[in-house]
Amino acid sequence: MSSRDVVLARVRRALTDVPRAAGPEETAVPRDYLRAHGDRSAEDTARLLAENLADYRAVVHDTHAAGLPGLLAHLLGERGSRSVVVPPGLPPEWLADCDIEVVPDAPETTPDALDAIDSVVTGCAVAIAETGTIVLDAGPDQGRRRITLVPDHHICVVRVPEQVVASVPQALARLAPGHPLTWISGPSATSDIELDRVEGVHGPRTLEVVLMTP
Amino acid sequence: MSVTDLGMPAFPAAAARSTRDTRLRANLRHATHTIRDKRARAVGELGDWAQLRAAGRAVKDRTLRHLDHYLERLEEAVTAAGGQVHWAADAAEANRIVTRLVRATGEREVVKVKSMATQEIGLNEALAEAGISAYETDLAELIVQLGKDRPSHILVPAIHRNRAEIRDIFRSEMGDWGRPAPDGLSDRPAELAEAARLHLREKFLRAKVGISGANFMVAETGTLVVVESEGNGRMCLTLPETLISVVGIEKVVPTWQDLEVFLQLLPRSSTAERMNPYTSMWTGTTDGDGPQTFHLVLLDNGRTDTLADTVGRQALRCIRCSACLNVCPVYERAGGHAYGSAYPGPIGAILTPQLRGTASELDASLPYASSLCGACYEVCPVAIDIPEVLVHLRERVVEGGKVTRGGVKTVIRPAKGHAAERAAMRAAGFAFGRPGLLRAGQRLAARTRKLHPRRLPGPGRAWTDTRDLPPVPAESFRDWWQRTRGGEQGGGRQESGQ
Repeated sequence: MSSRDVVLARVRRALTDVPRAAGPEETAVPRDYLRAHGDRSAEDTARLLAENLADYRAVVHDTHAAGLPGLLAHLLGERGSRSVVVPPGLPPEWLADCDIEVVPDAPETTPDALDAIDSVVTGCAVAIAETGTIVLDAGPDQGRRRITLVPDHHICVVRVPEQVVASVPQALARLAPGHPLTWISGPSATSDIELDRVEGVHGPRTLEVVLMTP
Repeated sequence: MSVTDLGMPAFPAAAARSTRDTRLRANLRHATHTIRDKRARAVGELGDWAQLRAAGRAVKDRTLRHLDHYLERLEEAVTAAGGQVHWAADAAEANRIVTRLVRATGEREVVKVKSMATQEIGLNEALAEAGISAYETDLAELIVQLGKDRPSHILVPAIHRNRAEIRDIFRSEMGDWGRPAPDGLSDRPAELAEAARLHLREKFLRAKVGISGANFMVAETGTLVVVESEGNGRMCLTLPETLISVVGIEKVVPTWQDLEVFLQLLPRSSTAERMNPYTSMWTGTTDGDGPQTFHLVLLDNGRTDTLADTVGRQALRCIRCSACLNVCPVYERAGGHAYGSAYPGPIGAILTPQLRGTASELDASLPYASSLCGACYEVCPVAIDIPEVLVHLRERVVEGGKVTRGGVKTVIRPAKGHAAERAAMRAAGFAFGRPGLLRAGQRLAARTRKLHPRRLPGPGRAWTDTRDLPPVPAESFRDWWQRTRGGEQGGGRQESGQ
């Protein structure tokens, strides 16, 4: 007998008290919890997102689409970044105003090569206001997971209002489970030393979120 | 369960030692009080917490009551997404599987994201025996590993260490494992975290094999979920070529939608945050992104035995948030090491004796590592009635009875050392059933009260070793009632209606 059969047989023996005929539906799951906490306008939802992101020490910026290239050039310049890695589907006009090295992500890029790059700019799949979270789903403007992990500075552009939802339940409903997903709430942090919060352990030490309205 | 707990003293002996350690108690008190206050605020933000808690409990109950169904669906979905599923009946088998998988890659070192399951089975030790170095990459786990120590808290494993101790460990031990601590390292948390970053980065960037656990597995989609803060999880889950996840079979949830419940319950209950900094979700493998080989090792190791106990089964709902540790007056004083298991605190007191059985002195003592105050039940985000299970397990320890061990139904004998307690309880039952005898006994006890010792002699000593013997009052309640109200009508049994 394989271990698979052993474990499954043990499970079935352990559950002789459970009515098998009824199936899993015999245990009802009450779903009377809220789909969102509070009734907000799109504008207020975006404002809450900005507040909660900032509360977790992400740096938040507002801009219109026309102002984005200028803002990104400013942010990268301000930090002194000399190179930026970008996912293949990032709109090229976003970095039109930058005069630093733009490295397109490629499967053969090694972790060491990524480690030498200063910044990364991506879009996102959805952002959650109540928790101050951006979610990346490896879409064309977000790229592979490693590019938002190894460089020390991540700028993420959120399209407001269409990419902003209020709550976790609303976000999950929009996401496709088959994609690798990375949920990010503020920069990398630890509280392991006397519960003092320290930003920046292994992920990017600086997270900047640009809320871009049309 | 684990190989590390051999020779561990019973809880009372270990607790007696740790409660005398004033530095430990100060570290613990600071930490547990800080988190519990923050947690209350984070939970207070959600007006539907009670509904979320009820949903979390119900989802887990549904999963457990039909675990075979959901495990088969999970296996199907993970396999369809390009993963390989392995089943391990016990710790030894899980360690053999993982060792074989690592060897097949030709690698001699692996990076690990913190995992309770691999700690439970003693995976690092098993890999070391096979000549494979396993690096813990969570900052607290790194502190524990470098300090040749054991974790003492589910969420903050190095909670018992303060910053000066951590600096000393980094200074003296980092060089033996890789990049040494920077010269002049101070005890500022930011500097210590930076030292850990530099030390571990060279390991992350060259690692070919990563090992993880998982917080949730979704049966419907085959998705695994890891929540973390530091990014070490993301490093281990995405940079290596091969990923091996060792996960307890109880971690499965039925549907994608169910994550909406747990991703609200878990962060607020554990780190008291609206959301933890990083959550990673992956489904099998993705071409060109992340590990191209993914193995899922489904671990039983006593879980099906726990499932067979209709009262104790609810312990398997646990989502490892550690809220129960932070409110427990016993944990706060005794510390995590006294529990002798990967799972300390109130949840450990019910989970460990069920996973391992109550044959050892330590495991038989764990159901007593509680004041039954009920605070753990109040904070539990999946409403595990820990006091109920504690009392149930105490009964098993004292009375013995039917249990399932290693999948086989068996009858265990009462644990050693509880004979006197059992005799005393039987005698008490006899006396309470005979009012005349009880009255005579009480009068005798009251008249001889000056002669009573502070500690019981003989077999009763085990009882008074950990409890104060209450002084017998000069007069029993019955005598007092008789003396003061004896003449009144109604005699006390009847409600007067007023």
